[in-house]
Amino acid sequence: MKINREQVEHVARLARLALSDTELETLTGEMDAILDYVEKLNELDTDHIVPTAHAVPVENAFREDSVGASIGSEKALQNAPEASDNCFVVPKVIE
Amino acid sequence: MALTDLTVHELQALLRTREISSRELTLAFLKRIADTDKHIGAFITTCEKTALENADRADARLSAGNAAPLTGIPLALKDIFITEDIRTTCASQILDNFIPPYNGTAVRKLMEQEAVLLGKLNMDEFAMGSSNENSAFGTVKNPWNRECVPGGSSGGSAAAVAARQAGATLGTDTGGSIRQPASHCGVVGLKPTYGRVSRYGVVAYASSLDQVGPVARDVEDCAIMLGAVAGYDPADSTSINLPVPDYQAALKQGVKGLKIGLPKEYFIEGLDADIQQTIDKAINTLRELGAETVEVSLPHTEYAVACYYLIATAEASSNLARYDGVRYGKRMDDGRGLIDMYMKSRAAGFGPEVKRRIMLGTYALSSGYYDAYYLKAQKVRTLIRQDFLDAFNHVDVILTPVAPTPAFRIGEKTADPLQMYLSDIFTIPVNLAGTCGLSVPCGFSRDGLPIGMQLIGRPFGEETILQSAYAYEQATEWHRHSAPL
Repeated sequence: MKINREQVEHVARLARLALSDTELETLTGEMDAILDYVEKLNELDTDHIVPTAHAVPVENAFREDSVGASIGSEKALQNAPEASDNCFVVPKVIE
Repeated sequence: MALTDLTVHELQALLRTREISSRELTLAFLKRIADTDKHIGAFITTCEKTALENADRADARLSAGNAAPLTGIPLALKDIFITEDIRTTCASQILDNFIPPYNGTAVRKLMEQEAVLLGKLNMDEFAMGSSNENSAFGTVKNPWNRECVPGGSSGGSAAAVAARQAGATLGTDTGGSIRQPASHCGVVGLKPTYGRVSRYGVVAYASSLDQVGPVARDVEDCAIMLGAVAGYDPADSTSINLPVPDYQAALKQGVKGLKIGLPKEYFIEGLDADIQQTIDKAINTLRELGAETVEVSLPHTEYAVACYYLIATAEASSNLARYDGVRYGKRMDDGRGLIDMYMKSRAAGFGPEVKRRIMLGTYALSSGYYDAYYLKAQKVRTLIRQDFLDAFNHVDVILTPVAPTPAFRIGEKTADPLQMYLSDIFTIPVNLAGTCGLSVPCGFSRDGLPIGMQLIGRPFGEETILQSAYAYEQATEWHRHSAPL
């Protein structure tokens, strides 16, 4: 086994997903099979290989720090599940 | 022949001579969508009212004689392109009421040309899938056989073109999501080089692999569409500042003297017999047209799927963290605090495949596993990319199948995620290498399903693959076949 139910529950917490018992059970099996498959990569010796994060080499992209147009708070808030006084409303974070 | 049967370049001519108006053309496509989409399900949203407003503006510009290439042409977009004031769902419940406050760069460029936006196209949720079965808005049917999938994730983009519901469409391709559905639906689809088209305003799946590209009726239409959206964009710092060639002008250079590589790792035992025969015939046609073919090797091909499913899911788990029920999207809150609200909103909003990939990616990036999975995959990516760069020292184009089988049946692969992932084996390496590839129709299976061949080019070598595909297409009849609908 590459991964067990307890580890899957831990990953679900990290990923902020409230998964049902059935989902956790199914995912444990599926993730185990996929992780078993990707084990294939260990056939390759990559000790001296530089990792690729981007296929097309890009150096730092700089631009002038200038003021441009923005969409404004009304439009920025138009999709908010809850908004008030020009702010996003979220559940209470601190007691 | 109906107006909706014509290609973009044919429609361009009729619009410019004012033989037809954009309004007339737009109404014809809207009627075609109304008549056929109950059988296909390619559209999530249609925009009749704004489309006709677009068309009237286009007609004014056409009459004034200063038309751009796509002025007045009815198009549709994968529902991953954010469109100002037009609902953009990414085929997910979590965004089912999302109204974007601005247009992305590719959309803005099309709108500046006064193209007509007919609507937003169905897809696999967040572009995760190879069959369009992962949409929260229903599975798209393949116009050639409605019991089969159209491919994915840009299944709606390919099906809409095949069903002649739009002049052309845009899709996105992270691991084959333009090329594979184009192949399954008998249309032309191009994934440009990473950095060729801005990703600004395109909902992110795996940012180091995602690329915008066209799906069209023929190669020339594909070239026109690419020319319209390609180019550097300060809003996407990974877009590359290189001039955009005239892709349409480059088409007619032929394949005489071009060297086409046939990678031995792609022509393996067990490849579907219809695919093998069709591709063999296409290779012969290209030889007759004057191309030289040589065997090449891409030795790390067999590692591409494993490499992709670590890198793509890791990036997805990070990109999709933004769907938290705070700024947009679905919120589920039963008063148990912030973390609980995040967890319930995401659980209710995402479908099973998206959850699976977020989970896999979160695991691959988690403390203690990062080096073994994510870093390892990034190193293997270097090897895969190097395979292509080495091969392109000897050849101009690489020719392969697009998919190991023609379109499969709806439901055939949904029970086994790994089998579904393996159906992308011939398209994924191009994304990992960051180079360009296209699918062009090259025949049919015994069951009458379209088959495409893939032409892969050097980074920023879109002209060469378009010119090769054009030479092949003009010498064959495949692009003239229409889906029975």
